Amino acid sequence: MTKYHPLRELLLARLREFMREPEAVFWVYGFPLLLALGLGIAFRNQPAEKVYVDVQQGAGDAYGVARDLRNSANMVVEIHSAGECHDRLRLGKSSLVVIPGDPMTFVFDPTRPESVLARQRVDDVLQRSAGRRDPVATRDDHLTEPGARYIDFLVPGLLGMNLMGSGMWGVGFVIVDMRVRKLLKRFVATPMKRADFLWSMIGARLVFMIPELVIVLGTGVLIFGVLIKGNMFAILVLAFLGAISFSGLGLLVASRAQRIETVSGLMNLIMLPMWLLSGIFFSSDRFPDVLQPFVQSLPLTQLNNALRAVILEGAPLVSQVWRLSVLLVWGGISFVCALRWFRWN
Amino acid sequence: MPPVSFQSAIRCRDLRKEYRSRGGNVQAVRGLDLDVRPGECFGLLGPNGAGKTTTIEILEGLLDATSGEVEILGMRWGEHDDELRQHIGISLQETRFPEKLSVRETLVLFRSFYSDGNDPAAVMAEVGLTEKSKSWVGKLSGGQRQRLAVACALVGNPELLFLDEPTTGLDPQSRRQLWDTIRSLGERGKTTLLTTHYMDEAERLCARVAVVDQGKIIALGSPAELIAGLGGEHVIEFALGNGSRVAVEELLALPAVKKARTEAVGMALTVTEPHVAIPALLQILERQGLELMRLTTRHVSLEDVFVHLTGKRLRDDEISPS
Repeated sequence: MTKYHPLRELLLARLREFMREPEAVFWVYGFPLLLALGLGIAFRNQPAEKVYVDVQQGAGDAYGVARDLRNSANMVVEIHSAGECHDRLRLGKSSLVVIPGDPMTFVFDPTRPESVLARQRVDDVLQRSAGRRDPVATRDDHLTEPGARYIDFLVPGLLGMNLMGSGMWGVGFVIVDMRVRKLLKRFVATPMKRADFLWSMIGARLVFMIPELVIVLGTGVLIFGVLIKGNMFAILVLAFLGAISFSGLGLLVASRAQRIETVSGLMNLIMLPMWLLSGIFFSSDRFPDVLQPFVQSLPLTQLNNALRAVILEGAPLVSQVWRLSVLLVWGGISFVCALRWFRWN
Repeated sequence: MPPVSFQSAIRCRDLRKEYRSRGGNVQAVRGLDLDVRPGECFGLLGPNGAGKTTTIEILEGLLDATSGEVEILGMRWGEHDDELRQHIGISLQETRFPEKLSVRETLVLFRSFYSDGNDPAAVMAEVGLTEKSKSWVGKLSGGQRQRLAVACALVGNPELLFLDEPTTGLDPQSRRQLWDTIRSLGERGKTTLLTTHYMDEAERLCARVAVVDQGKIIALGSPAELIAGLGGEHVIEFALGNGSRVAVEELLALPAVKKARTEAVGMALTVTEPHVAIPALLQILERQGLELMRLTTRHVSLEDVFVHLTGKRLRDDEISPS
């Protein structure tokens, strides 16, 4: 009896099959890594943009104006003839042309944001160097500390999205594939306990969840310097509950589907609203109030909110009980329905 | 295993199965009785769609019958399911085992479901897969996969084995290998129920066969008995030029001819003594001025029994007589 333990063998079979399927490994582990890297790089905090300005030669004190502008930070100033200035502006090599004189003329395209910005900054610099005094004293305080950047917001969202995706695909897709192969039918023709089979599916999900968690959080911490304020145990509990609940949904979706196409469609149908509404890439608070009851009732919204609260704000687990119960109600109802409706043959 | 207190390993009475479908109800099984004795290899023979698979799946407890009685190893589905599952081994018509598991891993997995069973290594040796022990299932040939399916059925050390078309689609060599395996099971006193649409398979493996057509058993007996029922032991098949035919009555009047029938191309005679029948046949042809294109003789097979009983060929790939 001890030599062959059915639950252990079922679990081992799942783990082996998964690890031997490079595509599955990529979608579960490689894809979120790439997504985090891509988005993290795209929305990284960039240094202040340089302003490209040309000063037209021949009219007024071109050299004096250029000198004043060069004294200001982040200004790239060149002096060109009128024709060259015009061409360079047209081709986007410069954002603004200054024609010295009285009045001083700014030539630019008002529909180009960088030109509008350049006009204001150049005007500012020239007015000040001509002796303008600002009546109100101001000071800039730049917010670039970890915890407040886009990547900090993004990482918990990606983690939640990944827990949803791999929970649903990892259970739902695999089960329907087994049904299509008549493997489920072959299993129920043995004395295998059905509970062992279902536990092995969930167990395998929990095992796969650990590297997912490590990869997504690790990328955030090591590459983007995301600060994890909550404790790791609390995060692990959240990931665990998320993985279990979405496995339940996956099981439900797979409980009767007889074809891979059916289950793929159903799965996308269920996941699409959550991709859009559950605050993966931007806060779910941005949706209008009318939509909020729906948005807040989605399991991924609550998982993402809880993950953000714990990871970014260091909230204790107990403060997330309400959110977690929404998540678990979804998972629990799904499990019960899935077990009632499950089609083995 | 309880002591052998049953007379039939499989016993079913008036088995019926109706499927609901768009065009009305389809009766897949229409009142089928069966008794398979302990230790025998029993064949269910019939063309595709005869109801073989439906019948075997009801006996395996995978489908519910619409009505009728089923008793397996003296037990019933719905009452002793766990016990029954421990004592039967099943090879379904089509199971695609996980491609990325090795042969050994697959067998250990199936072994783990049974409280008592055979050593996976021993089963691999029995079906000739020892060399493939570490190969992934996805890399196996069709024949090797079928042998794996049989191995999965054997790994629980079953009293009763169900094999649904175990050799369909296999090359001749793989079929022979599988036949050897099945035969050796019989020698160890296992009861086997197999379905097939290959007559030669049934003749070689089965002590008794039931010919199934349209959900009913239309003949039952040992292959030898069924063949003897045709009256002759040889078949003469011939074809004439321009597709001409000779009247069946005329052929039946010939010496040693027991049966005569028209086939898709040419005609067939069942005879007791070919050396008497053939000269007589040739005389008729000469008298009527008919040209003989082809003439072959062979032993009667279950195939002939089936054609005689149903007027149909067994497999779809053969032309049925018009």
